Amino acid sequence: MKSISIEAVQARTQADANTFGYHLTPNPDLLQGLLEGLKTNEERYGYPSCPCRLASGKLEYDRDIICPCDYRDPDILEFGACYCRLYVNKKVYESKELPTVPERRPIEKQAKSYESAAETKKAKTETATPPVEAPKEEAKTITALKPKLWYCKQCGYVVFRDEPPYICPICKAKKEMFAEIKTRTDFLG
Amino acid sequence: MPFSKVQGKKTEHKVVVYALSTCVWCKMTKQFLKDNDITYEYIDVDVCEPEEKEQVHQQIHSKGGNLSYPTVIVDDKTLITGFRKDKLKEALEL
Repeated sequence: MKSISIEAVQARTQADANTFGYHLTPNPDLLQGLLEGLKTNEERYGYPSCPCRLASGKLEYDRDIICPCDYRDPDILEFGACYCRLYVNKKVYESKELPTVPERRPIEKQAKSYESAAETKKAKTETATPPVEAPKEEAKTITALKPKLWYCKQCGYVVFRDEPPYICPICKAKKEMFAEIKTRTDFLG
Repeated sequence: MPFSKVQGKKTEHKVVVYALSTCVWCKMTKQFLKDNDITYEYIDVDVCEPEEKEQVHQQIHSKGGNLSYPTVIVDDKTLITGFRKDKLKEALEL
């Protein structure tokens, strides 16, 4: 297991806050706890998923909650802080009054963390006593999760995912501004 | 499911905390209950077995919760999402 230092996690989050004009939470105990949570998740899953949300451990389901999550920018815009309150705007930073931020992540995405855990278990059971239909089921899951190329019509940012991000990380355009790039693979063999 | 019990002097309410081991707000909730000497049970969902996660999902869902952490259920009827001191104090009559 790769070990990551708290200092490295802090340096990365601080650099990201600086880039986007945010601050890290003004409460030192909270900051320490959040950084430790990020460190634990990065060591556990290989990516720093939000310490305040249940991750599935599968990158394709957790992509939107890797810190900084897809919901940070709209949350800071609306409430002055992100869901876990690691990132805050200047006003909140100076007042030290942390707002309550409701969960913006769609319930279907949250439910995936529980379903995927059950699926993993089911898959393991099926492997132990392989039924005839098992490979068919697996193929179906893979097709449903096939990532595509998306580009932001406003700034040209390109991302390879199952669906476009909630908000463009570069120009902050909404999800609706993303369009799929249809690649032609017919004459590539 | 593997609920851990923290014993306090106040036992008049049944308090169940659904938490994540990585979540600092969950830790604050547990600490708040501890500081107020309240007996409570908790489960760290992220370190549970897959089938237990599914059970937790159903339990929180059946109580009308929205899968956010911490979720505190007082006396099987009051559901508090997030670390809300005001709501906890009200539900626990502190």
